[in-house]
Amino acid sequence: MDTLFNNLDLFALGFQNTLLLFAVSAVFALGIGIVVGAMRVSPVPVMRAFGTLYVNLVRNTPLTLLMFFFAFGYPKLHLVQLPYTTLAIIALSIYTATYVAEVLRSGFNTVPTGQAEAARAIGLPFAQTMTLVIMPQAFRAVIPPMMSVFIALLKNTTVAAGFSVAEAGAIRANLSERGEPAIVVLLWVALFFVILVGVLSVLQRYLERRWKVLR
Amino acid sequence: MTNVLYDVPGPRAILRNRILGAITIALVAAGITFVVYRLADTGQFSAAKWRVFTFPLVQQNIGLAILATLSAFAVAAVASLLLGLVLSIGRLSDHAWLRVPCTVFIELFRAVPVLILMMIMYYGLPPLGVTFVTPFVAVVTGLTLYNGSVLAEVFRAGIESLPTGQREAAYAIGLRKSAVMSLILFPQAIRAMMPVIISQLVVVLKDTALGFIVTFHELLYLAKFYGAQFTYGSPIIPATIVFGTIYVLLCLALSGVAKWVEVRSRRSRRGARPANVAETELAASKI
Repeated sequence: MDTLFNNLDLFALGFQNTLLLFAVSAVFALGIGIVVGAMRVSPVPVMRAFGTLYVNLVRNTPLTLLMFFFAFGYPKLHLVQLPYTTLAIIALSIYTATYVAEVLRSGFNTVPTGQAEAARAIGLPFAQTMTLVIMPQAFRAVIPPMMSVFIALLKNTTVAAGFSVAEAGAIRANLSERGEPAIVVLLWVALFFVILVGVLSVLQRYLERRWKVLR
Repeated sequence: MTNVLYDVPGPRAILRNRILGAITIALVAAGITFVVYRLADTGQFSAAKWRVFTFPLVQQNIGLAILATLSAFAVAAVASLLLGLVLSIGRLSDHAWLRVPCTVFIELFRAVPVLILMMIMYYGLPPLGVTFVTPFVAVVTGLTLYNGSVLAEVFRAGIESLPTGQREAAYAIGLRKSAVMSLILFPQAIRAMMPVIISQLVVVLKDTALGFIVTFHELLYLAKFYGAQFTYGSPIIPATIVFGTIYVLLCLALSGVAKWVEVRSRRSRRGARPANVAETELAASKI
């Protein structure tokens, strides 16, 4: 207990940065993921090809490798100098976006073709077919796996600790300078992650139930 | 081919698709050109920066690093398959004293980040007097605890996806509980879940890269070592390209096996229908 309360400042700072990484990366991953997901289901063959290439390539790249490139390689390119936190956010967004894209694609694929054909048959234009018929159905199929992607993103933020970002995974390194036992610190960090993931899981279950009833 | 999002394209749609395709190619080409130009402009393609990778000793070390990565992967993969099997049996047990601890174990280790598990092993245990923890042990244990828990859920999902008639018929011909599990349910569940299991093994392979952070001497560790050699012009970007390519190729090969198994078992008509990798993988919350 003392380990936690005597160093509350570092714990608070660490998890604050973790949540910051999580929130910002989630927004960007969603943005990139929507673009890539749209490319993967688009009627343009070239776009589908590039979308598939991006997803297959990045999905088979370890996140640590992406972070490695951005933390050590990017500064050597002499572009705009960015702080490590921003570089970690870029790596996390690029990585998570592929999973977002896959969730969106499989979400669209759960809608039966007959739905769209019926919509077109009664004369709805493309925009209305999408917004009134397909999107509302795909949205429901997308919510639970999307929450899983975000839970994974939250856990993946710890990788940034290995690349000079002062977030939850780095609390141990900072506290060992204050002479705290590493195991106690790490168990506290693990406990906080269990709680955070638990909150997201409860939210996931709530949303799942809420949207299921409406169907 | 008709699709939920668009119809078979007519002449105007074909023209529009071609224009959009050309624009996409132009944009992607511009992006790649910019990156390559930046790489060339900062001298990343100069021979001096790549010279270090032409030495036989360096290549030998790269080979050893690949072996280190692969051996961590192999041990962790086998161990997590076994742990997953044990945990899923426990989780499906009729006895609460077995089911509850297994469920708690699974939920707990799925929620803690793998890197934190590795750190607990590597930094947390040695001060308590545990002496056998090398970086290799830390990496393998972290990977096993996490992926074992995830695989336990995969096995369970596989068993629950089977028709109840399978279990009932097995009991009806007089098999015991253990025989129902080992002869009837698990073989079908594993077969149905094979693509998902292999793609979880890709996650194991990918996550061995986390060993870099707990000083395990694998591919990325060597990449940083050679990338920092000042005598050879600190070739960190060439090193990332060399070692990153090896990593990605290893993962792509394993993913290819997963895809091949999925396609093959979908084609064969015998047995349970295999699960779709993309959907089940995402539903089980793991990346």
